Amino acid sequence: MSLWLLILIPILAAPFAWMGQQWSRSVPRWIALGALSVDSLLAFLLVSRDQAAQASGHGVWLVESHISWIPRWGISLHLGLDGLSLILIILTAFIGVIAIMASWTEIQSRVGLFHCHVLLTLSGVIGVFLAIDLFLFFFFWELMLVPMYLLIVIWGHAQRRHASFKFFLFTQAGSLVLLVAIVALALLHQQATGQPSFDYGDLMGLTLSSEMARWLMLAFLIGFLVKLPAPPFHTWLPDTYTEAPTGATIILAGILAKTGAYGLLRFTIPLFPEAMSDFTPLVMGLGVVGILYAALLACAQTDIKRLVAYSSISHMGFILLGAFAGTELALQGVVMQMVAHGLSTGGLFLLAGALEERYQTREMDHMGGLWSVMPRLATMALFFSCASLGLPGMANFVGEFLVLFGSYATQPIMIILASLGMVMAAIYSLGMMQRTFFGRQQETRSVPDLSNVAFGTVLCIAVLQIWLGLYPKIVLNTAQPVMEQLVQAAGAAPNTSHPPSESLLSSHITTSQGSTP
Amino acid sequence: MMLQDFIALSPILDLGAFSLVTMLAIAFQRHHARIVVFAFLSCLFTLATLPWADTVAPRAVTTLLVVDRHALLYMGLILTATMVIIALSYRYLNVQFREEEGVEEYYLLLLLATFGGLVLTTAEHFVSFFLGFELLGLSLCSLIGYLRTRRHPLEAAVKYLLLSITASALLLFGLALLYFESGAMTFHAVGAIPKQAQSVSALWLGGLILVLIGIALKLGLAPFHMWVPDVYQGAPTPITTYIATVSKAALVALLLRFATEVGVLELPPVVHLFSLLAVVSMVTGNILALLQQNVKRLLAYSSIAHFGYVLVALLAGGPPAAEAVTFYVIVYCAMSLGAFGVVTVYSSEKGDKNLFEDYQGLFWTRPWLAAMLALSLLSLAGIPVTAGFIGKFYAIAVGVDAGLWWLVFALIGNSVVSLYYYLRLIVTLFSEAPEPAVASLAQVEPSAPRVGWTTAFSLGFVASLILMLGVYPNPLMELIRDSVNNLLMVAEQKP
Repeated sequence: MSLWLLILIPILAAPFAWMGQQWSRSVPRWIALGALSVDSLLAFLLVSRDQAAQASGHGVWLVESHISWIPRWGISLHLGLDGLSLILIILTAFIGVIAIMASWTEIQSRVGLFHCHVLLTLSGVIGVFLAIDLFLFFFFWELMLVPMYLLIVIWGHAQRRHASFKFFLFTQAGSLVLLVAIVALALLHQQATGQPSFDYGDLMGLTLSSEMARWLMLAFLIGFLVKLPAPPFHTWLPDTYTEAPTGATIILAGILAKTGAYGLLRFTIPLFPEAMSDFTPLVMGLGVVGILYAALLACAQTDIKRLVAYSSISHMGFILLGAFAGTELALQGVVMQMVAHGLSTGGLFLLAGALEERYQTREMDHMGGLWSVMPRLATMALFFSCASLGLPGMANFVGEFLVLFGSYATQPIMIILASLGMVMAAIYSLGMMQRTFFGRQQETRSVPDLSNVAFGTVLCIAVLQIWLGLYPKIVLNTAQPVMEQLVQAAGAAPNTSHPPSESLLSSHITTSQGSTP
Repeated sequence: MMLQDFIALSPILDLGAFSLVTMLAIAFQRHHARIVVFAFLSCLFTLATLPWADTVAPRAVTTLLVVDRHALLYMGLILTATMVIIALSYRYLNVQFREEEGVEEYYLLLLLATFGGLVLTTAEHFVSFFLGFELLGLSLCSLIGYLRTRRHPLEAAVKYLLLSITASALLLFGLALLYFESGAMTFHAVGAIPKQAQSVSALWLGGLILVLIGIALKLGLAPFHMWVPDVYQGAPTPITTYIATVSKAALVALLLRFATEVGVLELPPVVHLFSLLAVVSMVTGNILALLQQNVKRLLAYSSIAHFGYVLVALLAGGPPAAEAVTFYVIVYCAMSLGAFGVVTVYSSEKGDKNLFEDYQGLFWTRPWLAAMLALSLLSLAGIPVTAGFIGKFYAIAVGVDAGLWWLVFALIGNSVVSLYYYLRLIVTLFSEAPEPAVASLAQVEPSAPRVGWTTAFSLGFVASLILMLGVYPNPLMELIRDSVNNLLMVAEQKP
C-alpha cells in the first residue's frame, strides 16, 4: 500500500495545487513542494525498512503490492520496489523540487494549473518506476505524456506548438510499437500456458523462439530509444527541450529521459537475454554514434538551451553503452550516470532558463562578459559545466568512468571512440562558458543576479554532485543487488542453443566473450 | 409459452407502446418540456425491461427475432445513448427553434429510429433485418432535415436519403440473390449453404457481398464514405451524435450476428474485401481529417477511421474478435457522445459553432466544456485512463492474436497520424483566446446561455463512463464475454 501512496500523493495533491491558485500564487508552489517532500520522505522510510528486509533475505522485490485488475487479460495492479526503482524515485522527487524552484519566478500565469500538471507528470513517472506488470507500466508510460504535453503547449516559448507536436508524435509512435510487443508477449504466454499474462515475473520465464525474441526486442528497443533518446530517434529532443518552459525541460531531461534507460534495464535486457547478443553491437554502436554526433552538434550551437540539449543526448549515449556492455561494473556506472546526468542537466537547464528569463534570448552571441554582471550565476554555470564534462570528484565522472571501464573489455574500439566524447564535452562546455560569461560584454542592461531561492536550489544540487562524486557507494550499494540479479538473470536465461559462457552478462569485467584482448 | 415470448420481446413492445403514447401526447397538447420527459422516460422504462427479458434469454421469438444477451447488451447501449441524446437535444432545440415550428415530433421520430435499432439488434431474418434497417434510415432522414427552414440540414437530408435508397437497393438485391440460391430467409439457413456444399456459387457470394456493401454504406466505411462528412456537418448536432452512435451500434450488432450465423469470415473473398475496406477506411479517414477546419467534419472523418479499426478487430475472427468489436463500439459511442455533446452544448442561437477558431482558448472561458472535449479527444486518440485506450488495446490484442500483423501495423500507423489532428484541436482549446473574444467577454458572459443541469448531468455521465471504462473495464469485459458466448450458443443451437 505504501507503494500506491508514492503514486497517489502527487495525484491527490494536484487538484489542490490547482485550486490553491485562488488564494495566492505561492500556494500551489508550496502544495507541490509539500507533496514531493512527503513523497521523498516516504521513499526514505521505505529505504530504512528495505535494509531490514534485505537483511532477512526477502524475495526479489523489497516491497511489493499485488491486486487483480483485469483478469480477462491477466493484468494486475502489480507494483514492486527494488534498489533501482528506489534510486530513481528519489531522483524524481528531487528533480521535481528543482523544477518547481526553477519555475518560481518564470511561471506567473496559471500557476495552479502548472503545478497540477507537474505533479501529474511526476506521479506518472513514479508509476513507471514501480510498475512490474507490463500493461500497468505502459499505462503509466503514456500517462506521464499528456500533462507534459500540456506543460509545453500552455507555458512553452514561441515555437511551442511545433515542438509539442513533435514530442508527442515521436514518443507516441515509439510507445505504440512497444504496446504491440507487450501484447504479443502476453499472448505468447497464453500460447504456452493457456493464460495471458502481463506480469513481469511470468514473462521472464517465457521461452521464446530466437526469431520472435529478436523482433520483440527490436520493438522494445524502438520504444525505449525514442525516449532516451538515441539517434536516429532524437530529433524531437532539441526542439522540445528548447521550447518547453524551464521547469518542464528540467523534468524532461532529468527524469523522463531516464524512463527510457530504466525500460532498457528493467525490461528489454531481462526479457530477451537470448536476442541480446544479436543487438549488442548495434545498440552500442548507436550509443557511440549518439555520444559523438550529439557532441559535435553541441559544439556548433549558438543557442544555449540547444547546446545543453545536445550535450544531454551525448551523455545519454553512455547509458546506452553501459546498459548493453553486459558487465556488472558498467551497469553500476549506468545507474550512477542516470543520477548524475539528472542532477547536472537539471542544474544547467535551470541556469540556462534563468539567463533566458533575464535577457529574453538564448543566443550566446548576444551574451558575453556576464561574469561581472551575475557572479553567482556564472560560478554555478562553471561548476555544472565542469560536472557535465566529467571532472573527477563529481558524480558524472564516476558514472562515465565506470561505464567506460566496465565495457572496455568487451568492446575496446567502441570505448576508445566513446572516450573522445568526453574530450568534446570539454570543448563545448568550456566554449559555452567562454561565449556566455567571459569576453566582451554585449548586453549593458543591468539585470538581477540569481535569486536566493534559485541560488539555494543550485547549491543543493552542487553539494549533492560533489557528495556523490566523492562517495558514490551509497548509490552503487543500493543498486548493486539489482544489477547482480540482472547479470544473473540474463546469464541463466533458458538459453539452450548457446553455451552459458557465451552469454554476455555472465561475468564481471573480463567477459568470457572470445574477443577479449 | 406465449408469455415467455412476450417477456423476451418486452423491450421492443415497450418502446413501441411508448412511441404511440408519445404521439398521442403530442396530439393532445404541444409542450416541449413535457414531451422530452415522456421520451426520456420511454427509454428509461424500456431500459428497465432489459433485466426482465434477460430472464428468458436466449430465446427465438418466431423465426424473425431472437433475443439473447448480445441483443440485450446492444439494446442497453442504444437506449442509454438515446437517453443522453434526448437530454442534450432539449436545450439545443430550445435555442435553435423559432416559436411557430413544432419541435415535439422530433422526439417521436427519435423513438421510432431507436425502435428500428432495437429490431436490428434482434433480427435473425431478412424481413426483420430490412424492416429495422428502413425504420432507422427513414426516421433519421426526417430527423436530419428537421430544421427545415435551414439550408444545410435539408441538403444533408437529401444526401442521406439518396444514400439510404442506394443502400436499401443494394441490400434488397443482395437478399434476393441469397434467397434465390438458398431458398431461405433466416440467417442460419442462408449460412448453411457454404457449410454443406464445399464450394459456394457465384450468385450466393455476389448476394452476400451486396448485402455487406449495403451495411458498409450505412456504416460509412471508405470507399462508401462520401456522404459521411456532409451529413455529419449539415445535420443538427444531436442527430449527428445519433448517427455516429445509435445507428452505427445497431448495425454493428446486426453485422456481428449476420457474420457469426452465416460464417462470413470463413470465406476468403469476404476476408479480402473486409481487409481492404479496413485499410482504406483507416487511411482515408485519417488523411482527410488532417486538414479539416471544421470540428464536425473532423469527427466525421475520424469516425470513418474508427470503423476501420473495428473492422480490424472483426477480422481476427472467433469469440475474442466479437468481444473486441463490441467493446470498441461501446467505447466509441461514449467518446462520440462526449465530443459531439460538447459541440451541441456549445452551439448558440446563430447556429452551430463548428470552426476551429470558435474553439480557440475555450479552456480559459469555459473550462468544464473544454475539459470534456479534451477528454473525449484523448479517448478517441487512445490515451490511457480513457476508455479509448482499452478499446484500442483490445483491438490490437485480438489482431496480434490472430496474426494479422499488417493490419495491426496499419492500425498503429494510423493511430499516430490521427494523433496529429486530435492534438491540433486540443492545442486550439488551450491556446490563448483571440483578442476580440476577450474584449467582448465581459459583455457576453452574463447573457451567454447557461448550461442546464440536464446537459451537465448527461455530459458528466458520459465523462465518468469514459474514465470508468478506462480505469476499471473488467465488469464490462465480463458482460461482453457473456453476451458473445450467448451469441455463439444461439448460432450453434439451430437445427
